[in-house]
Amino acid sequence: MTNTILQMRGIIKEFPGVRALNNVEFNVEKGEIHALVGENGAGKSTLMKVLSGVHPFGSYQGEIVFEDHVCQFKNINESEAEGIVIIHQELALIPDLSVAENVFLGNERVKRGIIDWHETTTETNKLLAQVGMRAKSSDLVRHIGVGQQQLVEIAKALSKKVKLLILDEPTAALNEAESENLLNLLLEFKKQGLTSILISHKLKEVMKVADHVTVLRDGQTIETISAKDGEITEDRIIKGMVGRDLVNLYPKRNTKISDVMFEIENWTVEHPQVPDKKVADNVTLKVRRGEVVGIAGLMGAGRTELAMSIFGRMYGKYVSGTVKKEGKEIIIKSVDDAIKHGLAYVSEDRKEYGLILQDNIKRNISLSSLKKLLKKITIDEPKEIHVVEEIKAKLNIKAPHINQDVVNLSGGNQQKVVLGKWIFTDPDMLILDEPTRGIDIGAKNEIYKIMNELAEKGKCILVISSELPELLGTCDRIYTLSNGCITGEFPTNQATQEKLMTYMTYNKGEEK
Amino acid sequence: MKELKNIISQNVRKFGMIIALFGILVIFQLLTAGTLLTPLNVTNIIMQNSYIIILAIGMVMVIITGEIDLSVGSVAAFVGAIAGILMIRMELPVVLSVIICLAIGALIGAWQGFWVAFVKVPAFIVTLAGMLLFRGLTMVALGGRTLAPFPEGFRMMSSSFINDWFSGSTFHILTLIFGIIATIIYVIQEIRGRKDLIKYNQEQSSQGLFILKVIILSLLILAFTQRLAVYAGIPYILIILLALIIGYTFYANKTIGGRHIYAVGGNERAAQLSGVKTKKVKFWVYVNMGILAALAGLIFAGRLNAATPQAGNLFELDAIAAAVIGGASLTGGIGTVVGAVIGALIMGVLNNGMSLLGVGIDWQQAIKGLVLLGAVAFDILNKKKSS
Repeated sequence: MTNTILQMRGIIKEFPGVRALNNVEFNVEKGEIHALVGENGAGKSTLMKVLSGVHPFGSYQGEIVFEDHVCQFKNINESEAEGIVIIHQELALIPDLSVAENVFLGNERVKRGIIDWHETTTETNKLLAQVGMRAKSSDLVRHIGVGQQQLVEIAKALSKKVKLLILDEPTAALNEAESENLLNLLLEFKKQGLTSILISHKLKEVMKVADHVTVLRDGQTIETISAKDGEITEDRIIKGMVGRDLVNLYPKRNTKISDVMFEIENWTVEHPQVPDKKVADNVTLKVRRGEVVGIAGLMGAGRTELAMSIFGRMYGKYVSGTVKKEGKEIIIKSVDDAIKHGLAYVSEDRKEYGLILQDNIKRNISLSSLKKLLKKITIDEPKEIHVVEEIKAKLNIKAPHINQDVVNLSGGNQQKVVLGKWIFTDPDMLILDEPTRGIDIGAKNEIYKIMNELAEKGKCILVISSELPELLGTCDRIYTLSNGCITGEFPTNQATQEKLMTYMTYNKGEEK
Repeated sequence: MKELKNIISQNVRKFGMIIALFGILVIFQLLTAGTLLTPLNVTNIIMQNSYIIILAIGMVMVIITGEIDLSVGSVAAFVGAIAGILMIRMELPVVLSVIICLAIGALIGAWQGFWVAFVKVPAFIVTLAGMLLFRGLTMVALGGRTLAPFPEGFRMMSSSFINDWFSGSTFHILTLIFGIIATIIYVIQEIRGRKDLIKYNQEQSSQGLFILKVIILSLLILAFTQRLAVYAGIPYILIILLALIIGYTFYANKTIGGRHIYAVGGNERAAQLSGVKTKKVKFWVYVNMGILAALAGLIFAGRLNAATPQAGNLFELDAIAAAVIGGASLTGGIGTVVGAVIGALIMGVLNNGMSLLGVGIDWQQAIKGLVLLGAVAFDILNKKKSS
């Protein structure tokens, strides 16, 4: 066992009322990429917090052995001193500082008490070359993309002489090309002997790079699977995570697709700050009753911008284009208009754009439909409670009570609350922007079922996603979007990931 | 007992300030050897703090939307000056003058609301500018002098009492009847609310606790009206206050507009994407604040029986402190009208109690500052513990 760099033995961590970790065993070999998977709430983050000293020694039971000696970290600084560095899902960078300043933040290069900018810059440039970053060390973090920011975090970790690098959902906000890049970088580090722990929901990634996969469920280690035995399969991981066979992640539906309901024609929108920059360029698409239509596009292709501009002109400057419902043109200038005409938009960022976090489930679900609850001049609260309870039951929102604040719900349940809000408005078309981002497999499956039910009722559904398997698994028809233009349209049975990717990266100006 | 403990720990936010008010009342009652709760002084506390309570009601709405208004003291002074000019110099009728003054308040609110909501200038800046602007205009309007006295009809609003139709000698009988009716209405409301909760299977406290709460609050209402009845009865201003408290509580809790205010403060972008017209909500909250600031200015001028350039100095800070002590969060989305009123009363009783004890205005300021800091720190620590 000399090859083991980290052993966590019998870790038990209790919070008031819950045992978040129950006797977890977790061993990592030197120089490997070890994936840690589990549903939301399975205890992955808690385990990593115990490891890094966020939960200090004494607040948990069990033993941590790192490089053959027992560690009792009281805070993050102590674990970092040992070479254990975590990169959190929400990046901890300061947007208005330069890349170099961020890399050495809290670890500044100093000479006689004064910052040595020369050394800071040269050291940063070395690190940036190591992680293969395009941005310069003097660029402000604000001005570089999420993928590049992720690399800055890694460079920062490397600057601390890291021995064990922990990445929590590093690719959640990245597009496919950036994710690919990041995973390759991890493989590169492995060659150099660096050990990494990768926490991810994306099982394809896990299977691609991991040497071992440890599955957590309900605060317990279910199993550790080794790649050597060739036993890492998606089915096995999922089975471990959810505790049962997930027969089909993408449930079948029996829909009758009928006539065209919504048509968007020649939709052109300019960037709000940069004139003449078209974020949606002459977009034309249509959705039929009972149809689930996908929009596949990379980040920055203008997917969210397109959806939000249609939804009450909430993004950019409207230039031209019409929206037709059942053949008749409808004018939508505000969200209110959009709701009146039966549109609903579930944002990709539920915390920022979807929920009032400090409000309860009831108030969140009824927010867009208060007019329906009006009795004279007051809100009919008994009716509100009744309807919200119904929606909660139908969508299987797991919470003790509709008066529960949504901030305390898991990602999947929060997403269901947002869906519930829009289902209450009884829309004809739902635009779902990354409907399953950051939520676990069980909840994903439930969201797909809800989508199917809505489609079966004759609603139109427009799904925007960067996860191509999701689009292929749920849609009837898929458009590809690149640089604000629709570049292709495929019935799902004629589409493949490769084909979609080709059209998603197709540039109008370029010769093909 | 366990339930009581649970409820207290769960509702410490809500109960905390009521307990604080109660504690302050008891302490000063003891320290002043009973002077604090004499009929005369109880009446005084209400009348002295009426304008802060009115400002606090408007302020809590502004704070719930996540904004702030630093100009209310200056606006109150400006409107007081206009009232002086209209009634004393131009000798216009009282009712017409009051209407014009409230309209001016609305216009000022609209002016500030326009910059905050539509141009998106930070409210701190807009209202800081307003604070300077309207203080300056007050001095311009008054030429640096004080205008006095106001006509009798105007002063009535802030310093007169409702006549006793029953002409009681030791007690103001109308006041007692009023107190009894208020108690009955309160009890009926509580019972109704509880029935609804049971009917819709919502969480509710146990029957014993419920009865205890209703009895205590009923006794408080009766005791309060008894105090008033022994002195001069119900001041007109109390009727105005009650109407405002009930009206705004109703608006905040029961109407679409109220829900929208909370939603905008909780998460503006999400509210906007849910169909809430966020700019309009903010704009109207400022218009409302303007009207209430005008009303406070009128009452203050009436009580002082003069329009002075220095009126309303630091009122904005008292109003903000009241809202915050009452549980409102400056980040928006959290706060209640009743909380703000209780916050204003805490500040008011502190002022009054310390004055009775002969504490100088210097120490009063210092102590009030510490109370504000303590109240908010308590709130934050409490939140940390519960999360």
